[in-house]
Amino acid sequence: MSMLSFEEKYRVRGGTLIGGDLFDFWVGPFYVGFFGITSAFFALLGTVFIFYGIATGPTWNIWQINIAPPDLSYGLGFAPIDEGGLWQLITICAIGAFVSWALRQAEISRKLGMNYHVPIAFGFAILAYVSLVVIRPVLMGAWGHGFPYGIMSHLDWVSNTGYQYLHFHYNPAHIIAVTFFFTTVLALGLHGGAILSAVNPHQKGDTVKTAYHENSFFRDTIMYSIGSLGIHRLGLFLALNAGFWSAVCIIISGPFWTRGWPEWYDWWLSLPIWS
Amino acid sequence: MATYQNIFNRVQVHGEPDMGVPLPDGTIWERGKAKFSRLFGLFGEAQVGPGYLGTTGLLSLLFGIAAFEIIGFNMWASVGWDPVQFIRLLPWLALEPPSPEWGLRIPPLNEGGWFILTGLFLLISVLLWWVRMYRRAVALGMGTHVAWAFASAIWLFLVLGLFRPLLMGSWSEAVPYGIFPHLDWTTAFSLRYGNLMYNPFHMLSITFLYGSVLLFAMHGATIIASGNYGAHREIEQIVDRGTAAERGAIFWRWTMGFNATFESIHRWAWWFAVLTTLTGGIGILLTGTVVDNWYLWGLEHGLVPPYPEVYPAMADPAATP
Repeated sequence: MSMLSFEEKYRVRGGTLIGGDLFDFWVGPFYVGFFGITSAFFALLGTVFIFYGIATGPTWNIWQINIAPPDLSYGLGFAPIDEGGLWQLITICAIGAFVSWALRQAEISRKLGMNYHVPIAFGFAILAYVSLVVIRPVLMGAWGHGFPYGIMSHLDWVSNTGYQYLHFHYNPAHIIAVTFFFTTVLALGLHGGAILSAVNPHQKGDTVKTAYHENSFFRDTIMYSIGSLGIHRLGLFLALNAGFWSAVCIIISGPFWTRGWPEWYDWWLSLPIWS
Repeated sequence: MATYQNIFNRVQVHGEPDMGVPLPDGTIWERGKAKFSRLFGLFGEAQVGPGYLGTTGLLSLLFGIAAFEIIGFNMWASVGWDPVQFIRLLPWLALEPPSPEWGLRIPPLNEGGWFILTGLFLLISVLLWWVRMYRRAVALGMGTHVAWAFASAIWLFLVLGLFRPLLMGSWSEAVPYGIFPHLDWTTAFSLRYGNLMYNPFHMLSITFLYGSVLLFAMHGATIIASGNYGAHREIEQIVDRGTAAERGAIFWRWTMGFNATFESIHRWAWWFAVLTTLTGGIGILLTGTVVDNWYLWGLEHGLVPPYPEVYPAMADPAATP
């Protein structure tokens, strides 16, 4: 069992959410816990299903492998295993594994005396996934509206679903989501760059710079430095909003808007204030 | 749950503003004034300013404003200088590039000349801003990592507006300035070149885009969740590891069997952000220049199976005279 030099003093019992100290141990670097067991169970079972689907499917080409949801005619019922039932089982396993993983993160947070920001943040990613394969299909009345599991097949699904609404870029929630995505990358580049430039000064051998320098840099260049704590709040806020608005933009497409997205703006063009 | 979740600052205490690291000898420009904002202080630093304008900053702003104004006035002119329609139709209005028959020649102002001029001004503005980011870092004795990350974004900007139009031999290939028009350009571009999602560099760029968001969520959450140990004092934690860095590292080690350090997470961050636009720019530059149809390219390289021959053979209309 490899360990970081300082790790031993943190490996203490307690803090579990369920199961007391039944699974309160480590395997190599991994913490196990009750939700580690359920994570592994769902992840392994789902992987077995995926490989079953590949093995019984037409190809082992990594790009072309596809495990599709049931036909729309099955509605919200269960489909036979080789007609989308496998997709349904894999989806159940995926959600089980993701939720277990989040709860495991919560247990690890408790052990380390940290707040729950990481599992909550991961919850946004789970929400985005669930909105694609559960919430929207349920609202639309068929599991067949979920996206297929495959590299090219899910890209085709994105294209096809987008063009069903004529021009998906006009979806206002999509606009907001993409803006958050790009802004997150900008902020990440600035933050990563700021820290690296402080601890790797311009003159080789120069003393490492400080947060005082980081503040000066951003105040000099853009008039405002959000500060070393604020940048992490901002980054988390931007990243979570990217996931959240992604979920919104796909849930509203179909259940709440069935026409082309460019048409959605007619309300703006026909406001009474213009005449 | 009524515990402090470290999302807002509960207390704001401040004395004299921090006027910044002293500028090197011989600096001509001086810093401006500093203010405090209670609103900003709820989320981050309360202090706003002092800023440093400098020659490159001043010129960059002037060229940037000029480009912005040219775009705005062209849009306004396109609705016959009607102020109401300007506001109403603003998201649909555009300053479009010259039409294809102009090739790489400079057309008269109203036939795309304004577009070329805007591009030139914007380019000057952005490059001057890059020089400013570089020089401000050096003036403070810091590394130039921010400037080089910015250079990666400039690369994508240059590919879209300069390198690819040059290779295609026409300014008409450039992206129009306008809110919906640039979205239209993006969709038309993908359709014209056979679905951009089959472009492997587009795939890479999206991977780094989503990866960046994932990284910042993980990093931001880790730091805030261990803020009570002083995790946000990252430089101190890098040079003299404390319990905050230990907990942050161990959290991910226990979760996924691997952890970055307080310095290396910022290298991950920097590379993911830089590679998003770097790979994206490569993908755009190859489109139409090297690859004419990404779907057919994918077909050729085994990304997708060919469509089954369910329709009778038909002559390619593009191949018939």
